[in-house]
Parts: sequence; C-alpha cells; structure tokens
Amino acid sequence: MQHRYIPMTKEDKKSMLETVGVNSTEELFADIPQEVRFKGELNIKPAKDEYELKKELTQLAEQNVNLQSHTSFLGAGVYQHYIPSIVDHVISRSEFYTAYTPYQPEISQGELQAIFEFQTMISELTGMEVSNSSMYDGGTALAEAVNLSAGQTRKKKVLVSKAIHPESLEVIHTYAKGPDLEIVEIDVKDGLTDLDQLKAELDEDTASVVIQYPNFLGQVEPLKEVKELISSQKKTMMLVSSNPLALGYLTPPGDFGADIVVGDAQVFGIPAQYGGPHCGYFATTKKLMRKVPGRLVGQTVDEEGRRGFVLTLQAREQHIRRDKATSNICSNQALNALASSVAMSALGKHGVKEMATLNMKKARYAKKLFEEEGFEVVYKGPFFNEFVIKVNQDVRELNQKLISKGFIGGFDLGRVNEEWNQHLLIAVTEIRTKEEIDQFVKELGDING
Amino acid sequence: MANHKDFPVIFELSKEGRVGYSLPDLDVPEVDLDQEFSSDYIRSEAPDLPEVSELQIMRHYTALSKRNHGVDSGFYPLGSCTMKYNPKINEDVARIPGLSQIHPYQDERTVQGALALMYDLQTTLAEITGMHEVTLQPAAGAHGEWTGLMMIRAFHEANGDFNRTKVIVPDSAHGTNPASATVAGFEAVTVKSDDRGLVDLEDLKRVVGDDTAALMLTNPNTLGLFEEHILEMAKIVHDAGGRLYYDGANLNAIMGYARPGDMGFDVVHLNLHKTFTGPHGGGGPGSGPVGVTEELAKYLPKPVLTTDGEQYFFDHDRPHSIGRVKPYYGNFGINVRAYTYIRSMGPDGLKQVSENAVLNANYMMRRLEEEYELPFKQHCKHEFVLSGKKQKKLGVRTLDIAKRLLDFGYHPPTIYFPLNVEEALMVEPTETESKETLDEFIDAMIQISNEAKEDPETVQEAPHTTVISRLDETQAARKPVLRYYKDEE
Repeated sequence: MQHRYIPMTKEDKKSMLETVGVNSTEELFADIPQEVRFKGELNIKPAKDEYELKKELTQLAEQNVNLQSHTSFLGAGVYQHYIPSIVDHVISRSEFYTAYTPYQPEISQGELQAIFEFQTMISELTGMEVSNSSMYDGGTALAEAVNLSAGQTRKKKVLVSKAIHPESLEVIHTYAKGPDLEIVEIDVKDGLTDLDQLKAELDEDTASVVIQYPNFLGQVEPLKEVKELISSQKKTMMLVSSNPLALGYLTPPGDFGADIVVGDAQVFGIPAQYGGPHCGYFATTKKLMRKVPGRLVGQTVDEEGRRGFVLTLQAREQHIRRDKATSNICSNQALNALASSVAMSALGKHGVKEMATLNMKKARYAKKLFEEEGFEVVYKGPFFNEFVIKVNQDVRELNQKLISKGFIGGFDLGRVNEEWNQHLLIAVTEIRTKEEIDQFVKELGDING
Repeated sequence: MANHKDFPVIFELSKEGRVGYSLPDLDVPEVDLDQEFSSDYIRSEAPDLPEVSELQIMRHYTALSKRNHGVDSGFYPLGSCTMKYNPKINEDVARIPGLSQIHPYQDERTVQGALALMYDLQTTLAEITGMHEVTLQPAAGAHGEWTGLMMIRAFHEANGDFNRTKVIVPDSAHGTNPASATVAGFEAVTVKSDDRGLVDLEDLKRVVGDDTAALMLTNPNTLGLFEEHILEMAKIVHDAGGRLYYDGANLNAIMGYARPGDMGFDVVHLNLHKTFTGPHGGGGPGSGPVGVTEELAKYLPKPVLTTDGEQYFFDHDRPHSIGRVKPYYGNFGINVRAYTYIRSMGPDGLKQVSENAVLNANYMMRRLEEEYELPFKQHCKHEFVLSGKKQKKLGVRTLDIAKRLLDFGYHPPTIYFPLNVEEALMVEPTETESKETLDEFIDAMIQISNEAKEDPETVQEAPHTTVISRLDETQAARKPVLRYYKDEE
C-alpha cells in the first residue's frame, strides 16, 4: 500500500531496480547473514490513518490532568509561565525546525544568528562573558560544569550543596563516575547551604563548589559570602545554577565572580511537556571559552566583508577531537534555545524584570495568606517565587484531594528526604491571579484542617 | 560597527520604551521587594535585552527563517543524519495540552495517559531492536552512548572486573563514540577497516583482550555498508568478555529486516530524531533511548517506567542502577513525535521505509559512480560514500563541490566524513524523497563534475546565489566574538 510519506511508485521502483542492476530489493539486503535476518512481521501496533490516530492520541492526552485543566502551584525546577503567542509561531517555521545543525553557514545564517543572539541574551542575564548554544537541560549542564572544573583544576573533589535541585545532584553523581570524582554533599541549614560545613570541607584539593541561586527551596543563597569563602583557595571554581528569570531582579552570579553559570531557560517560552525537552544553558568566562562543552556560534565576515555567523572553536568538539573532546555532546536543544530567544526578545530589558517581580510579589502575597491561615512557612530568608509550608498530613494524599478541587498542589519535599515529609514547596508565578491564590490557600486550609 | 549592508541582529532594532510582551497586572497588594534584600543582591543594571514590538520580532525571525534551509525547503541528503520528512501530525499531537502542558512532578495517577504512551513506545522500540528493555531517558544519541557505556561499566565492575578500561571503535565511527567512551571513563581504541570498508577481523582480534569493555559499532556502518561478519565479531568480543554496543544512527536501513538484538548486541541506542522523525530543530532537541539485554537491565538509569497491569508508575528502587542520567524522564515531547510516527507507519510501513531508503541510496550511488570515485563497490544500505579524488586532481575540492550544490538549492551531503575516505561525500537520500528529486540532484552533481573539468572557478568560487558568501572561519576562531556588543569597535 502506498503511504503518504513515501513517494516511490511501482513504476519508479521498477526503473530504479533496473538502474541498480538487481531484480528485487531483496538482493540489496543479501549481505545481511540469514542467521540474523528478521523473519515475519514486527509485533507492533498496525498503522492508523491520520484522523483516527489523532483522535486516539487526543483521547489518551485527555486522561492527563494538565496545567490548563487545573490551576497549578507546582514548580520545583519546571515552571508554568506566560508564553507569548509568537514563540510557537516562530519555532513552527519549518525552515528552523526541519534543519540540521548549521554546518553549512551560507544556508544556515538564520539559525546561526538566532543562536548568536541567544548567547548574547544568556550572557546579559547571567553577567558572564561567554555562553554556549545550549545544553540538554539545567541538570546535565551542571554535571558537565562539574567535570569541566575537575579537568581545569586537575583536582578531584567537588563540594555540592544539597540545596540544589535533587535530580541535578543525582545527575552530578552519575557523571562524576566517569572521571572518578569525589562528590561531597553540603547540608542544608535553615533553607540555605550550610556555610560552616562548606568552609570546613573546602581545601586545596577542591576543584569547585556548586550552589544554586535561588536554591531548590526558593531561598536566595548569599553568593557574596560563598565567593569570599571560595576565594581562600586559589584554584577552586564557583559553579552556580540559576533560574534565569530570577536574574531579572537578582544580581547575576557573574557579578559575584562565578566561573560557570548554568541553568534551564525553560522559564522563557518552553512548556513543561512532562519534563522535556527544555533548554540548558552554559555560561562562563573568556578564560574557559576553549573548554566549553557543545557548540559555539561566532561572528565573522564573508568574502565581501558582510557580517556573518559560523560554528566556531570546533577543536573542542567530538566531531573534530573525538576522544580528546571537552564533551561528547552533539545534538543540543537548538529549537528550544530559539523559543527562549523569542520569549526573551518579547520581554526585553524591562519585561524580564517586571515578570520576575510579579512572581515575587504574588509569591509573597500567597506566603502571607498561608501564614494568616495558620500554616508554618518554614524558611524565613529572602526568596524568589517559591517557599515551603508545613502541612499535617501526607503530601501525596493532600495533593490528590486538591486535584478534585481543580488544583495541582506543590512539590512533595518528602520525595527528596524523609526529614521533609509533610513539607510542601509552593511555586507562584505571574500567571496566578489573586482569586486563584485566595481559593488555593482556602482549599488547602480546609483539607489540612 | 554594524555595516549598513549587514543583516541586523535583533539588538540593533531595539528602541527605548518599546515592548513585545503582555504581562498580567499586579492584582495583589504592592510590596517593597528592595526592603527584603541587601542591596548587593538587587540587580543594579538591567540585562541589555532588546526593546522591540511584537511585529518587529515576528519580522525579524521570519527573515531569519528565510536565511535558513530545512527539509521542507529542499533536498537534504546529509549522510548519517537521516534528514527525512518531519510529519506535521507529530507537531500537532505534541502540542495537545494533555501532553505539552503536564508537569513532571504531577502525581503518576494524574498522568496515566502520558505514561501509557511512554510505556508503549518503550515496548515498541524493544521489539524493533530486539532488545529486552528500553529506557527513554537519554536526551540525544551521544547521551545514549554514554548511558549505555556507563551500564557496561557497571556490569563489569559488578563482576569484580575493574581492568576493562578500553572501548574499541572502528576508524569509520562517529566522533561521539570515542568522545562518549572518554566521558564514561574509558580509553578509546581504534580498530581498522579492511579494503571492503568493513571492520578488519584480524585487527579486531589484535585489539580485543581482557581489557576490552566494549566494541561500539554502527551497522550498517558509516560507509553505509552492512558488517557482514557481525556474528563473528560478536563472538570475538563476547569470548574476550566484552560487550557489544550498537550506535543506532543508521537504523533507518534495516527496520523489519534485521534487529541489533539478534546480531548479538548488548546495548543499543536509537536517535528518535533521525529514524523516527523527531525534527532536528536546527541541532536539537533529540531523543536517544537505550535498549539492553536482560543481563544488563538491572543497570538501567533511574527511574524505570513499569506497570503492574493496572497502573503505570516509575520504579525508583533500583539498587544496581547507574543512577540518574537526566532530570525528569527524557525528552518527552520528542518521544511523543516518534510514537506518533511509528503509529502512522505500522510494522509493514517501517519495513517499507527501510526498503525504499536502501533502494534510493543504491539508485543514486549507481548513477553517480560514473562521475565520482566510489571506493567501495558492493550494494550499500541507506547511504553511501563517494570520494572527490578525481575532482581534487582538477583543483576542485570536496568542500567546493558542497558549496556549489548550495547554488542548486540543495543542502550538500556530509563532507570529509568518514575519516577513512579521502575527500569524502556521504549521501543519504532517505525514503521520503521522490525519484524526480533524486534525478535532479544527480544531474546537478554531474554538472558540477563537468564544471570541475571545464570551468573549475565556478565551483571553486561557489556559492554564487546564497545570502552570504564563504565566511572567514579562521578569523572567527582566532578572535572569537561570541556575543553582540553594542559599542563594537
């Protein structure tokens, strides 16, 4: 049967076989040994026509509670934000989404320039000199930063705050097995990285210190003090993971002397889509430019002196350096970097701050309401758009009750460690209205009793 | 300084006071945030993002898109990348709110539809590859390679075998193979190809030993040739205690014809953005699921999606797991697209894909071998590699041929890869291209070959029709400018 994605007709096939000089396509597969030839038909579902398939998958999707059907206060690294309509229109231009990596710059100026602009925006937000073209996500970007710091300093010990995203921490452990690094976890005290323990563990063998700003609990880590501590060791690097939206208000890590800043640009224009694809970013100093993982776009000129863009410093990369490459990364998240660029362009210089402060103000309103309702807000320090409240029952069951009221509740911190059982991490973004917050706090209060 | 003939970057369109956004009003009581923070933590200078209107943004990116070539723009025979058509239903399905607007930390009971889809995709990919179990977590092919190698490492270490430090890769392998071996803590060792473009069995026997952790192989290989001696190779490696890793970049050649699991492979990664139509997105995002044999299943990355027959759920209690390789559960949005594609094709459709991909490649190869040197003469699979040697003698390099193809509206083939062919041109037409398209491309290639003989400057100075001519890559690398500066000198 003729399939709509396959244009070869019977007549085409006949004439092509003739040109090749074989009687059937079977002859073209004769070099596959009979012992390994697959006989029969793959045991997978039969094909469906376009209409039926879309109907089936729509019905499947409708089984899922989602961020449109319910009002969400769930964050913990993935956030529901305003996405300008133009974002999806731009990334739906198939000249972008059906293109490969821009290895032929003359016909890829669009992609190359878009990435160059992305690099610029990330540099601006993070306060760093250099940004790459994207990583898989914030977690793997952080793990790559850790491995880079070990290679750069030729040291094996890395101090990692337990207030970073718990799944990033796990990914760091997995990545660290390759170069056999020693990962020392630094405890959390009053919602922040325990600087006393950090100080005690920090020594001349320390390659880097990893901290998240704002941290997983929403609290803003004192980067200035952290940097002062780290400065006691000449070579130790400061690696910071940052929600880039928060940097619309907060002093960027670059201003505190961070060596590498990573994070996820999902907050700019990328839907949650069950955790991926999002868009890791990786920003650093000029000093480390030649050690950066992944692709970099650079500006240059063509034969007529016109400005143009190319992939550059490729001697770092796997397709040139093979086993000596700074990373094995090849595919990245280019299309999502484009989505984030569009969202960042729409927000612009002032919008990014306005959006950040809207998050902060609404989160503070919600926090105050919870306090008035009698909930304990666990950590007292400065925070961005997330805070922790204590409840008197199992969070999983509490959230299930909230679902029936039309809400997706906060993150169950008990998933991370038992000490945090009955602790709920609540995220409030700019799209939550006063009415939604009021009702959420009331419902949660009613359920909590 | 921006040159007046330069295409503007978005920062050059910026004008104080313009906005491109529509944020909600503050509907809660105003608070003075600055009181809460020490001034050290309050950003003193706003990030210099552009101030542009919505239409300006749309026009800017529309203009950029016109300066870009995708599969929808024209033929894209980029070898090893499987630049096939990206079906539009995939895009529609991936955007259904019940799939795009779900949060990874929602209770599993509220996302059973998504988990059912993922589970069915895992099972389907296991069947297509002949593997025992599949994880959807790796974000891309290279990420899958590293994940697979970490599992092989965990397996050897669990056997108390700490001396298996080497991973063997053919000289024709993708660069990611040796790079992934290094990142996983191994040393990459090269095995040579023979004069038929296949792994040299004698050399394999020479390099294999009790320090061999794994052999990484692409089959068909990057020359587009099926490794006929795969069973002997598997035996050599397994007898030495090593494991076999399958780089799935070229799976488009053999779906329904042969399965890596049946060839003796222990670990397989797939590139859903190649074989299964996840769009390449200008470089990503991709998705690189990994399949393993039963022996290796306990080392799969955490968490493992499973079912008790009634509900789907993630199993986090995996004591032998290599750990987590990525936050959350993989590039779900790409997995949805791949799933939609597989369900559009069915088992017979997927086999037809490989059949036609292979016939298209062989047809092009036979027509082009008259003008271009073909180093390996046997039938190819889904791609083939030509050498530009003959043209080089005339002063026309493979790079020039590639640039000249741009004038005809084509994306050129992969060039200078694989490394074991001089002046390589690696052509992969895919099954979604019509005979007419192939013929037009072949005609262009023949014309270029003639130009090399009669009018080499036309080729050497190409491209002539693109928005920009050849770029100075040396300058870009020597004096890197990696971001826009307003006050450029």
